Amino acid sequence: MPDSRALRRKVAIVGAAETDTVGYLPNHSTLQLHAESAFNALADAGLTLDDVDGIATAGVSPAQLTEYLGIMPRYLDGTSVGGCSFLIHVSHAVAAIAAGYADVVLVTHGESGRSRVGVGGFGGGASTPGGQFEAPFGVFGPPSMFSVPIVHYMKRYGLTEEQLAAVSVSTRQWASMNPRALMRDPITIADVLNSRLIAWPLHLLNCCLVTDGGGALVLVSEERAKDFPKPPVWILGRGESVQHTNISQMWDYSEWTAAAKITGPEAFRMADLDHSAIDHLMLYDAFSHTPIYGLEALGFVGAGEAGPWFEEMRGAPGGALPVNTNGGGLSYTHTGMYGMFAIQEAVRQLRGEAAAQINDVETSLVHGPGGWFSATSTLILGNQ
Amino acid sequence: MNPQKPLPQATPETQEYWDGLQRGELRIQRCRSCNRHYFYPRPFCPHPGCHSRDVEWTTVSGKGKLHSYVIAHRAHPAFAAPYVIAVVALDEGPKMMTNILIDDPRPETLPADAPVEIVYETVNEKVTLPKFRLV
Ligand SMILES: [Zn+2]
Repeated sequence: MPDSRALRRKVAIVGAAETDTVGYLPNHSTLQLHAESAFNALADAGLTLDDVDGIATAGVSPAQLTEYLGIMPRYLDGTSVGGCSFLIHVSHAVAAIAAGYADVVLVTHGESGRSRVGVGGFGGGASTPGGQFEAPFGVFGPPSMFSVPIVHYMKRYGLTEEQLAAVSVSTRQWASMNPRALMRDPITIADVLNSRLIAWPLHLLNCCLVTDGGGALVLVSEERAKDFPKPPVWILGRGESVQHTNISQMWDYSEWTAAAKITGPEAFRMADLDHSAIDHLMLYDAFSHTPIYGLEALGFVGAGEAGPWFEEMRGAPGGALPVNTNGGGLSYTHTGMYGMFAIQEAVRQLRGEAAAQINDVETSLVHGPGGWFSATSTLILGNQ
Repeated sequence: MNPQKPLPQATPETQEYWDGLQRGELRIQRCRSCNRHYFYPRPFCPHPGCHSRDVEWTTVSGKGKLHSYVIAHRAHPAFAAPYVIAVVALDEGPKMMTNILIDDPRPETLPADAPVEIVYETVNEKVTLPKFRLV
């Protein structure tokens, strides 16, 4: 039987970069953000588009991207399941490169989330399950969908609004150390609780930013990985799953089942590591509760323990396990599908080039949702 | 132009559900293999480990519990904020999204797991929506 453990440390990220700037980019179309990211990541690896023979992207189709870039790859991945799609692209690229489907895989993200330049439609029609069983009740984008499970979790585990706010405060502390972060002024628990209500229990400062930007990655095999300007960042473990698209159909509101049962265990098993070996966490923070669900589902704390964990600032600067050191989707940037930026920060930390660099990082775990806990992916990266 | 509230469009597999609401009945499906109800309508049982196609329509009580919710303040343009977007757990098991009909919704007056019951809200000659209120 094939075993994913055979692919541990067989593929590396050798190029990684974001758009020149992130935030408000009204003069960039969506595809232009992809291209700028791609050129920057390829330059980081000392490569050109002519070296690329595999591509992966979400939001736009592989057909749109190849046409725009002017390339004809022999491997493509158009998995598009929301923000964690790029984690899944990395996961698939490991297998594709190991199988010889491609030598150099380029993963791109670009999204004009704020300026909406060259953006396609969103959502389904009135006869889809969402159109019939959710839209009539006034759900209005992620803040009123992703947030629906929280009250159930609060009743079950005693999670408080202060603990939810603590996630935003902790993340802002990291952002204040990152000059590229959009929101850098320190905030308090009271600031979060006094900010405008969006969808109780979520206030404005419990919600991610809406920005423009992009990022790209270049992946190659172990044999080639030493020949690049930057040290390789190895893919040690991966996991992916998907369960629902409508939040009312999520199996269990008290836990992130797909992460707990599938993506976390698969990633740790493939990486042959336990939790104590993880030095750094990127827990995709679309909203304050997303890292709370993630920390528990991945087994770093027990059920119901993540709220107090964040309240004790254990993921903040000086804490035991740094979480979202770029400032996260809450304070750094969030284009709509933020997963690419979570990977970028893990790569920077493992290369020793992060704005808020932590000491002695050898492993980083990147984890995130697509949609509203709909799809899920986990990557474990390392520099040894 | 006033923004319109999104309205559902039935498909063949969901028509009985929408027709039932129009008559003032909550019609959902039950699996004859594992004896569990499920929602939303489809011609097979979605429960993991079952997936039987031996299913039937049943009329259920319309009673349940307030499983989880948000109080939406950043409103859909056709809705007047604040309003409650909720998921109720029916006594028969399935969960469904709805609105809780309540004036001045506040967390204190909406305890999780509070008992709720259905209110049939007729929109037009084709659409009646299942809303709920606290019992
Ligand atoms: Zn069944």
